Amino acid sequence: MDQLYAIANWFVSHAGSFYAIAITIVAASTPLLIAALGELVVERSGVLNLGVEGMMIIGAVTGFVATFLSGNPYIGILAAILGGALLSLLFGFLTLTLLANQVATGLAITLLGVGLSSLIGESFVGQPIQRLPSFYGFNILIVMSFVLTAVVSWVLFRTRLGLMVRAVGDNHTSAHAMGFSVIGLRYACVAFGGACAGLAGGYLSIADTPQWVENMTAGRGWIALALVVFATWLPKRLLFGAYLFGTISIFSFTVQTFAWGIPSQLLSCTPYLVTVVALVVISRNKRLLRANTPACLGQAFVADR
Amino acid sequence: MKKLLITAALAAMALGGTSAHAADKVKACWVYLGAIGDAGWTFGHDVGRKQVEKELGDKVETVYVENVAEADAAGPIERLARDGCKIIFATSFGYMEPTLQVAAKYPDVKFEHATGFKTAPNVTTYNAKFYQGRYVQGLLAAKTSKTGTAGYIATFPIPEVVMGINSFMLGAQSVNPNFKLKIIWINSWFDPGKEGDATKVLISQGADVIAQHSDSAAPMAVAQEQGKFAFGQAQDQIKFGPKAQLTANVDNWGPYYVRRVKQVLDGSWKSEQSWDGMAEGTVVLAPFTNMSDDVKALAQKTYDDIKSGKLEPFTGPITKQDGSTIGEPGKPIPAGDILGTNWYVKGIDDKLPQ
Amino acid sequence: MLLRLEKRAERSSAMALISPLVAIALTLLFGVFVFWLRGVDPLHGLYVYFIQPMTDEWSREKLIVKAIPLVLMAAGLAISYQANVWNIGAEGQFVMGALAAGLVPVFFPSWQTPEVMVVMLLLGVIGGMVWGLIPAVLRVKFHANEILTSLMLVYVARLVFDWLVRGPLRDPQGHNFPKTVNFAGWQVLPSWGDIHLGALLAVILALALGFMVLRMMKGFELRTLGTAPRAGRFAGFSADKAVYFCFMVSGALAGLAGASDVMGVGRQLQTPYEPNYGFVAIIVAFLGRLNPVGAILAGLLLALTFIGGEAAQTTLHIPDKIAKVFQGVLLFFVLACDTLILYRVTWGKQK
Repeated sequence: MDQLYAIANWFVSHAGSFYAIAITIVAASTPLLIAALGELVVERSGVLNLGVEGMMIIGAVTGFVATFLSGNPYIGILAAILGGALLSLLFGFLTLTLLANQVATGLAITLLGVGLSSLIGESFVGQPIQRLPSFYGFNILIVMSFVLTAVVSWVLFRTRLGLMVRAVGDNHTSAHAMGFSVIGLRYACVAFGGACAGLAGGYLSIADTPQWVENMTAGRGWIALALVVFATWLPKRLLFGAYLFGTISIFSFTVQTFAWGIPSQLLSCTPYLVTVVALVVISRNKRLLRANTPACLGQAFVADR
Repeated sequence: MKKLLITAALAAMALGGTSAHAADKVKACWVYLGAIGDAGWTFGHDVGRKQVEKELGDKVETVYVENVAEADAAGPIERLARDGCKIIFATSFGYMEPTLQVAAKYPDVKFEHATGFKTAPNVTTYNAKFYQGRYVQGLLAAKTSKTGTAGYIATFPIPEVVMGINSFMLGAQSVNPNFKLKIIWINSWFDPGKEGDATKVLISQGADVIAQHSDSAAPMAVAQEQGKFAFGQAQDQIKFGPKAQLTANVDNWGPYYVRRVKQVLDGSWKSEQSWDGMAEGTVVLAPFTNMSDDVKALAQKTYDDIKSGKLEPFTGPITKQDGSTIGEPGKPIPAGDILGTNWYVKGIDDKLPQ
Repeated sequence: MLLRLEKRAERSSAMALISPLVAIALTLLFGVFVFWLRGVDPLHGLYVYFIQPMTDEWSREKLIVKAIPLVLMAAGLAISYQANVWNIGAEGQFVMGALAAGLVPVFFPSWQTPEVMVVMLLLGVIGGMVWGLIPAVLRVKFHANEILTSLMLVYVARLVFDWLVRGPLRDPQGHNFPKTVNFAGWQVLPSWGDIHLGALLAVILALALGFMVLRMMKGFELRTLGTAPRAGRFAGFSADKAVYFCFMVSGALAGLAGASDVMGVGRQLQTPYEPNYGFVAIIVAFLGRLNPVGAILAGLLLALTFIGGEAAQTTLHIPDKIAKVFQGVLLFFVLACDTLILYRVTWGKQK
């Protein structure tokens, strides 16, 4: 009985510490989840948008600047969504209308996004802004990320709209023959992906660390891309993947405080290595991979008539 | 057309003359690692540069280049030398080799390398005794912490950073010999996302005072949000943590820069290894806030003592983490030993890469 | 008004030549707009940015030196991308090549014969090749998307480099600064002015690869696998072997670029070492129309934007971020203008 009490006591006294770590993990995983959900929808429609990092950082800077100028973080969130969506439409124009190579265009968008964001944010570096209000560490965007996961999952698999999107991604020729607007749907999905990436960026600059600094997304957009493949394009698996990555990232810091003598750089490698390993494990089973991969991913669609 | 240009160029060179007499307008140039808007290290140097402009007026023209990566620095530094800069301040230790390379080619130009250790007839090194400020920070941390544990966001394991950690700990131990310090190495000078995450992890591990060597205000913002204390880095960061900031290490390079540019103007510039500190006004502490009056008084007294030279944080004997001691009783540890610090003081729960 | 794209019967070779020029012209126009916004005389701005770096010898040398790693890497990436093998991790292979080459001065500083230079360059090649093989193996054996694996390995490479240079490889006389000993003697690349041997290697290798792509069977094989994979399979070309080949070649070149950079420019290993050449090389590859020979010109052009960006900082007080924006915009316009090669733009409603 005594031992039970002792264990319970240990848990309770460390509960604060557990909660603090848990909420930190949630905060770290949320931007990945949001950006990845958007990209998941984009890829489901058959488009490969590598520009997530660029859209994310544009969202971060527009959100920050809007919050700074208006004093209202909610306006900033809207601006972030808009910024990401606008950049994604540029991607859409190039790949869906001008039929440019999707991989190269995505890279160009990332480059453009990073450069533009540095330029836009130049005079706002190091300025404080009104932070998004939070309740014991939870803010509205964290809640929204869970809601978004559920919504995306439901729309994709239980509505006609979702069916159309998936059809367009799996076989755009047939979909077109059935009368779906392939280009139209893809444009919509790309815009949605951009909006999500922008929102994720805005989360970073308004809610997470209310600061703007160049390159603050630090590669998270790329991680989000990896997570989509890891999740085999299924939103619920994406939730797991995002939190796995977030947990490992935070743990690599926590382990440092235990002072076990592991070089900090090697600890910092773990999230990337785990992503690679996870990717390998998921991709290994070709059948599993094929089952959910949008068959037309990355291919341009040109209407024959 | 070509002949005209050549003649004009020759005329300009003849009129320009050599730098033997004091030049009427000196071009002073700065090379920055980061952006001047980082509200941290680079911002501090830029404030110093602006002070040079203000105090020396039309006797000087200043130029700066920002976001110069260390691996790529030789080009920008040489460009400044070619463009007529008479004195170039390279504000990151990573610029050491490029600075020396360029300096060898331009013996008439003076080069100043921050936080370095190699000199030449026209290359000097300069640094500031930031560790003095950290001593006071450590003392404050021990005095205000309820858990007896502080968190330290460290950047890279270089001597500059390690001596700061040591000084912080010594200051804390002067009040509480059993004070604990948890360190996280983020391997970056400026990454608000990482700094924020590291702060949250440190707080979850029981630290309620946060110190940092990294440049953003993210740790301060997190501390403010979670009701803990923190120290500003390189600038007064009170606007990010009105209830959290106890004080901040403020880099005040102005006096040093003005002094050195004046020396170029009157021809008395010499290569030396400067290490200014609180006494010269290069390291300044932001006003003490968010603490009780008697703690404030103690901090102020310690600050004044260090300024006047009565107290030197690195006074022997100091016990290292491995048990050995360094320094003679009552005497300050030689500068060379401190500048190459690769050891922890006893009581720090971390391991340094060897 | 409806823009419609009509596929041309065959590639327009006229457009293939004109489109990059149009793209460059559009970028310059964009530049004029940016300068105007910042209150800089646009013509002066364009001059400082794009012309001045070519006018004096010092700038020209810096230009060539800057282009060396870009050309080396882009040549390899070009053939890789033609075969649809997306090596995005050239930056990581670059760093690993530099690391491998740097091991010699650290452990054998007194090895001073002409052979040591060759050994170091070879080590660089091997380092990059090995690092590039990892994503190749993961793709062939496990179908793991190489875009992501090669990219993740960039971060890993940087961290490993940082750990080693800060730790075991550190200069013992270096006051614990995170750098190795300085390279000297035969462990440094010979240079003419500032231009080191890497320039010669870059040109030779780019031309060699270009020849291979255009004239040799291997090139045809890779291009076929890239544009018509099924046809390639029917012809007996092995897609798996192509993946290995492409990663090995592009990885080797990236490693060589890294080795030549630390042997010719930096002459030491120092951390952080994140020149991002590997990512810029991707742009160079596309700018050069995925042709290794085109990579030479494209590399020089992009190097121009870098040097011009530096000059603009000191002369025009324009922040260096503009250089990045120019690069992105340039790639952007190139991709947009490329459409005109395969498609014709017409007006009118959909039939």
